[in-house]
Amino acid sequence: MAISHVANEAGVHPNSALQHHFDNMEQQREAGSLGMWVFLAQEVMFFGGLFLAYVLYRNKFPGAFAVASNSLDPVMGGINTVVLICSSLTMALAVYYAQTGVRRKQIVFLLVTMAFGVTFLVIKGLEYADKFREHHIPVPGWFDWDVAKEPLPVGVLAHQVEMFFWIYFAMTGLHALHMIIGLGIMTWLVYKAWKGTFTPEYYGPVEVSGLYWHFVDIVWIFLFPLLYLLGRHLEHH
Amino acid sequence: MSEHIVSKKIYFLIFGALLFGTGLTVMMAFVDLDERFFGGANAVTALTIAVIKATLVILYFMHVRYSSRLTWLIVSTGVLWLAIMFIFTFSDYATRPVMYTTPAGGLAEHLR
Repeated sequence: MAISHVANEAGVHPNSALQHHFDNMEQQREAGSLGMWVFLAQEVMFFGGLFLAYVLYRNKFPGAFAVASNSLDPVMGGINTVVLICSSLTMALAVYYAQTGVRRKQIVFLLVTMAFGVTFLVIKGLEYADKFREHHIPVPGWFDWDVAKEPLPVGVLAHQVEMFFWIYFAMTGLHALHMIIGLGIMTWLVYKAWKGTFTPEYYGPVEVSGLYWHFVDIVWIFLFPLLYLLGRHLEHH
Repeated sequence: MSEHIVSKKIYFLIFGALLFGTGLTVMMAFVDLDERFFGGANAVTALTIAVIKATLVILYFMHVRYSSRLTWLIVSTGVLWLAIMFIFTFSDYATRPVMYTTPAGGLAEHLR
């Protein structure tokens, strides 16, 4: 960093992307990434509360949660898991090409990541549409569990099944909202990358957005087994 | 720049491991581990794989393995606060039957 200090003393900014309150690019990048990590630590608590609610209600109504969970489509959920993992890989590659200064590939991989993100949301939308048709969206007075079609085990009430769907829609809904925000951020990144803003010295925004996107992927890594799979082994009993 | 650039090879290896973990999670979900081993074995298996997958994403995709100690500190803080929230809540729920039971074995008056 000696070079940039010499340049500063001469009154010339070594890099136009360096904000005046930072000593050098390394410090600026580190501060930006740290800020995102603090935000993500807060996000862990935000989603953590919902995971806690899930575990408590699952303990209270294990039968209802198994029945409700098994009514979801594990194929749709599984495909979406793979789609998100692919999007995490392409996002990591977008950051890689930002770091190495390959502008064209950086833009391509950002666009591919966005395409995976949109695919995820479309599949999620199809699942929501199914839930709408089946009256499984937990709206008081509208939610309905067809006992003739899917009989409930002894002691399991439809309201307990509805509780699972409250948690399902709160968690997947907030997760989807995070993805929509991520798509917005990436649209902005593509625009900035197109203008040639990012260089091997200045790629902080790409890196930080990558952290956010990977975090959203991690949330889904937990949501998929908890919401779709945990009752499967009981299906044939 | 002292920034470490993770190679593409590592990204693809992690990607492969994540896909493998997903496949394994789905496969194990349809086997009745609860019956074969102990109650809750299915949940423990699914969550163990999920934690391993999340750790791989954090260490490699999110570069934490190559990051400063300050980053490590903040990541651990997130995990720590989450653990506090879960442990304190569950210790409350788990001890309620003990706390609110009368010597005669009935439920305390205000909880009936």
